[in-house]
Amino acid sequence: MIKMLRDALTIARRNVIRIGRVPELMVFVIIQPLMFVLLFAYVFGGSIDIPGGNYREFLIAGIFAQTVVFGATFTASGLAEDVQKGLINRFRSLPMSRSAVVAGRTASDVVYNLLSIIIMSIAGLIVGWRIRGSFLDAVVAYALLLFFSYSFSWVMACLGLVVPSPEVVNNATFIVLFPLTFIANTFVPSNSLPGVLKVFAEWNPVSTLTHAVRVRFGNLPAGTPDPTSWPLQNAMLYTLGWAVLLIVIFAPIATRLYQRTEKR
Amino acid sequence: MNSALSKSLSGEFAVEARGLTKRYGDVVALDGLDLSVPTGTVLGLLGPNGAGKTTAISILTTLIPPNSGTAHVAGVDVVNEPQRVRSLIGLSGQYAAVDEHLTAIENLEMIGCLYGMHRREARKKANELIERFRLSDSANRPLKTFSGGMRRRIDLAGALLADPPVLFLDEPTTGLDPRSRGELWEAIRERVVLGITVILTTQYLEEADQLANEIVVIDHGRAIARGTSQELKRRIGGEHLDVHLALLTDLARVEDIIRPFANGAIRIEEQDALISIPVAKGVEALGSVMTELSAQNVEILDIGLRRPTLDDVFMELTGHKSEEEAP
Repeated sequence: MIKMLRDALTIARRNVIRIGRVPELMVFVIIQPLMFVLLFAYVFGGSIDIPGGNYREFLIAGIFAQTVVFGATFTASGLAEDVQKGLINRFRSLPMSRSAVVAGRTASDVVYNLLSIIIMSIAGLIVGWRIRGSFLDAVVAYALLLFFSYSFSWVMACLGLVVPSPEVVNNATFIVLFPLTFIANTFVPSNSLPGVLKVFAEWNPVSTLTHAVRVRFGNLPAGTPDPTSWPLQNAMLYTLGWAVLLIVIFAPIATRLYQRTEKR
Repeated sequence: MNSALSKSLSGEFAVEARGLTKRYGDVVALDGLDLSVPTGTVLGLLGPNGAGKTTAISILTTLIPPNSGTAHVAGVDVVNEPQRVRSLIGLSGQYAAVDEHLTAIENLEMIGCLYGMHRREARKKANELIERFRLSDSANRPLKTFSGGMRRRIDLAGALLADPPVLFLDEPTTGLDPRSRGELWEAIRERVVLGITVILTTQYLEEADQLANEIVVIDHGRAIARGTSQELKRRIGGEHLDVHLALLTDLARVEDIIRPFANGAIRIEEQDALISIPVAKGVEALGSVMTELSAQNVEILDIGLRRPTLDDVFMELTGHKSEEEAP
């Protein structure tokens, strides 16, 4: 167990060193989230009305949720690249822990996401977003974002170990993650959505993540009616449940996939 | 080194494989391969692309399990105790498996830590190897700025970092220029002198010749010949005489003329109008063939003697050309 943590830390350290060295990583970790906050705040900010509230303030939690979900895809592309470059073969020939490569990767991606969230928070504060809840509530909100992303990283790890090349990752995740992050209450209140989409949005963990974060930040407009669906009423619990479930299911699968991965 | 380890190493063979078989669907990659590598020697696995060399290395280094057969490295079973085997081996692959965004030091330090060394110890060892491989000037540069030869040396350094008693090198110099190749050979030879056992795969007879005590030629996943480089060369008849004709239509006629001088199978490459034969006494044969050809008024573009190549080995041993084996 100690050996596993040490090895995972060694791998995570390596991945973190790469942030400053790989230009594409810098773009995705730092510049893209920044751009999202500014674009949504200024382009949509003026044209979408939230009854009794400020759209920019409503929006930030949604952008945070979307960014950490997309951030989890680093796990897939990073692992796929390691497979392609032959590094996985080297790791597999070393007397290291069998789960450390994936565990180290998912851990370092938390660091990537933390960086993204810090950048976005600063940008948010500049465009007028404020944390209106308590300090503790804010910490819980940030922790929930990172934990959900971490759990989603394990799903992405499995993808990264089965795709034929890193380029496939973006295409494969795009078609799943865009609906997942848009058919939700990330950018518009879910009760404004039509029939089936509304039900999907209410049970979508991205919605509950967004809602939980929004509530903790105190960003819900005054006078917003209480949600009627069970997941949104228990947003925190429901989101945590999903996160734990994803880890329990996908961590063992990812470890097994790693053990039989060969250079392609 | 603990006592169990030194005991296993005192065994006669550092690597022993019996009847290794590996299938990928209908494709048989390995078809009952046997290997015995005495401790402290270098075995060259020689064969064309797709012969099963990399599959054999992958099984011996625990990357893939065999479908059947057994293999022991330093006395440890690769299927039953893979994690123990991993602590006894170093692997340097065909594609330099290094992180190109990390510096030379960072790469080696990471590998050292993953072998279970403490960070400081790994760093010290990394510095030693970087110095020995004459890369000190570049130690703190990301590997993407390195030449192919420098990357391979770092890759090799990674395999050597923990002083493993058995080293696997999968086509260590494929794609390198002759100078980098020579440097890498030297680095490998230095380690062999220290008593480690090496299995290396190569497509180049010369490489096996330079480094290996014993050579196993493999084709279709099976060993088709084994012996020292001298023995193999004697078997394929020393030098080769190539005759390059001006006219394709002369091929049959020249084949008849040249046959008495051949010391083995005649190889004809029709599209190039080339006839190649192994000869016993090179210079003598060259003179006689030239005299005979000019007496018969055969127009030739070129004629010359050369050292045997892998193609010649294959032609002699299997009756077919090596490229035809590539998938």
